[in-house]
Amino acid sequence: MADHKPGFFTRWFCSTNHKDIGTLYIIFSIIAGIIGGWFSMMMRHELGDPGLQLAEDGQVWNVWITAHGLIMVFFVVMPGLIGGFGNWFVPLMIGAPDMAFPRLNNISFWLIVPAFLLLVASALIGSGAGTGWTVYPPLSSTLGHPGMSVDLAIFSLHLAGASSILGAANFITTIFNMRAPGMTLHKMPLFVWAMLITSFLLVLSLPVLGGAITMLLTDRNFGTAFFDPAGGGDPLLYQHLFWFFGHPEVYIMILPAFGIVSHIVATFSKKPVFGYLGMAYAMVAIGFVGFIVWAHHMYTSGIAVNTQAYFTAATLIIAVPTGVKIFSWIATMWGGSMTFPTPMLWAIGFIFLFTVGGVTGVVLANAGMDTSLHDTYYVVAHFHYVLSLGAVFALFAGFYYWIGKMSGRQYPEIWGKIHFWVTFVGVNLVFFPQHFLGLAGMPRRYVDYPAPIPPTELQGMLVNPIEKIQWIAAQDYGYHLWNYVSTLGAYISGFSVIIFIGIVVYTLFFGRKAEDNYWNVQPQTMTFEWTLSSPPPFHQFDIQPKVK
Amino acid sequence: MADKNTKALILIFGVVAIMVGLSFASVPLYDLFCRTTGFGGTTQISKTPPKAEEILERKITVHFNSDTSRDLPWFFQPEIRKISVNVGQQGLINFKAQNRGKTPTIGTAVYNVTPPKAGKYFQKTQCFCFDEQKLMPEEEMNMPVMFYIDPSIAKDRHMDDVKTITLSYSFFPTQSKELEDALEAFYNAP
Repeated sequence: MADHKPGFFTRWFCSTNHKDIGTLYIIFSIIAGIIGGWFSMMMRHELGDPGLQLAEDGQVWNVWITAHGLIMVFFVVMPGLIGGFGNWFVPLMIGAPDMAFPRLNNISFWLIVPAFLLLVASALIGSGAGTGWTVYPPLSSTLGHPGMSVDLAIFSLHLAGASSILGAANFITTIFNMRAPGMTLHKMPLFVWAMLITSFLLVLSLPVLGGAITMLLTDRNFGTAFFDPAGGGDPLLYQHLFWFFGHPEVYIMILPAFGIVSHIVATFSKKPVFGYLGMAYAMVAIGFVGFIVWAHHMYTSGIAVNTQAYFTAATLIIAVPTGVKIFSWIATMWGGSMTFPTPMLWAIGFIFLFTVGGVTGVVLANAGMDTSLHDTYYVVAHFHYVLSLGAVFALFAGFYYWIGKMSGRQYPEIWGKIHFWVTFVGVNLVFFPQHFLGLAGMPRRYVDYPAPIPPTELQGMLVNPIEKIQWIAAQDYGYHLWNYVSTLGAYISGFSVIIFIGIVVYTLFFGRKAEDNYWNVQPQTMTFEWTLSSPPPFHQFDIQPKVK
Repeated sequence: MADKNTKALILIFGVVAIMVGLSFASVPLYDLFCRTTGFGGTTQISKTPPKAEEILERKITVHFNSDTSRDLPWFFQPEIRKISVNVGQQGLINFKAQNRGKTPTIGTAVYNVTPPKAGKYFQKTQCFCFDEQKLMPEEEMNMPVMFYIDPSIAKDRHMDDVKTITLSYSFFPTQSKELEDALEAFYNAP
């Protein structure tokens, strides 16, 4: 009776089981990731050569970057890390039978599906929403986007926001009220700490985004003038409100990644994580400081010099708790009995690449530097190093670490490693050259760049890259070279996605059966999920576990 | 347990409601904050200019900038582009406005000064921008501004580098009952 499962429709469409909902989130995240990734492939292909390849004009390009950004943030990283791994492993790690509000959990998931459909609709209907993920007015007002696309995008964000707030409320309640006896806050696994702080950030920041886009909606449709100077409003207010949400949002995406990486590093070093309390409170500090640095996204909006000085200093301070985390991971590995299976490769890749992104973040935090680098590809490189190569690496790390636990079948190790190395080479080839483009002054959000058009036989995907690079290098001017290298990297990254899909299919159908504790997690780094079968029973912890 | 969970949920939703409220409250708060602190180049309003003995030697050049929304068919420009005033001395500038459209229009000016840090010290004793302005077709109007620069600027070392201040106005059309009445009277006129 304990493992009785409902029928297919009830189980997957009316699900109240945290593991099933987690699975739904992970499937959703992978599908959205492929769609969002398709947009980036089109973008990189477009920029592979000067001139227009795929996009008809700049508006189409802007629609792509908007769809890519919003999909990746709201429908890939957040559902994957928070909805997926959070739902799966927070109850397991704290010894709870399920989330505090299982039906609320179901609503959270089923709100994000229509939100995603609305967002895709916003890109396909009319002129599309070409506003960037920030949706700044007046570009997003009726002045810049008279059609209904931006309204659809706003509704999409409303639904996605509601979904995340409900999910966050559920996590906070679960973590505070349902921990196993003896598990004090200071004994909680770091992933649970990460989810708790993330949930607080969501509850405090998402309503502000909700307010801002609601004002934008009424400005567009009901004649208010929150952001319209003609009626006494101020478009800068939108930027302040947006970034009051937007900056915590980037930590919302990275904190769960910190949690996952901490567990993986400890497991494969066979040592408890170095400085557990420091790790936990570093995340608290990052979450807190994350709320008081928002205007570093607005250095060029005309804010006063003293304000810039404050935001520069406050932003640089974030490097301290982040440094605590990086050094603690290194100290965890130091002297450990290390092994390097796929999840560990992704985790170490995360630490390395996140640090690279952090270093460029310190550069950009300086208002003086930012004035010249603002809205260039340097910024694009920076945030893709911390998010695309940071958060997404953690998604893959978590996937390989836990897929045996979640599905009961283990992935093929050699293919996991091949997937890692292909991705690692691909994404670094995509984003590292973008630092050079940015320093050379190439602005973001443009469909084209100045450079001599290559001869026909050197255009398109299927040309000898060495010949082409030789030709480009012989030209006098233009941003072509690093754009082309970046695009080559994108093709490799696209190929790695195909490998990943193959691994998923192989694992689910032909993977070898996973044992309960297939990573041989040592007692000193033990969390409750490894005490259960793989996959865990439909309802776990009939006898409540205890922490000594 | 269920009771404890419900309590937590209510508390969290309360926080969500407060944050939504704060984001809307930021509109009047932001406005109040700018008017009190002169943040973002918001100018100050004053009743009386300083007395003669408070006027300083230091001179500041005030530039004037004027813009008109494309939805408002007005000609709108200052009579002179810049004047030089002593700190504390009352300055007077006249803007000329003319409605070049064929119907009555009402406009409101939004304004600020650059550099933004000068907003706190830029005092207006009289300004057309305090009210809506109605112009009949072809009507011309003088729009004077009386201002002075607060002598306390001398005590602020962050203001030592300020030698010029630009005062900027942008006129936008205003919809109001008064305009509707004026339009009705205009179209019903024989």
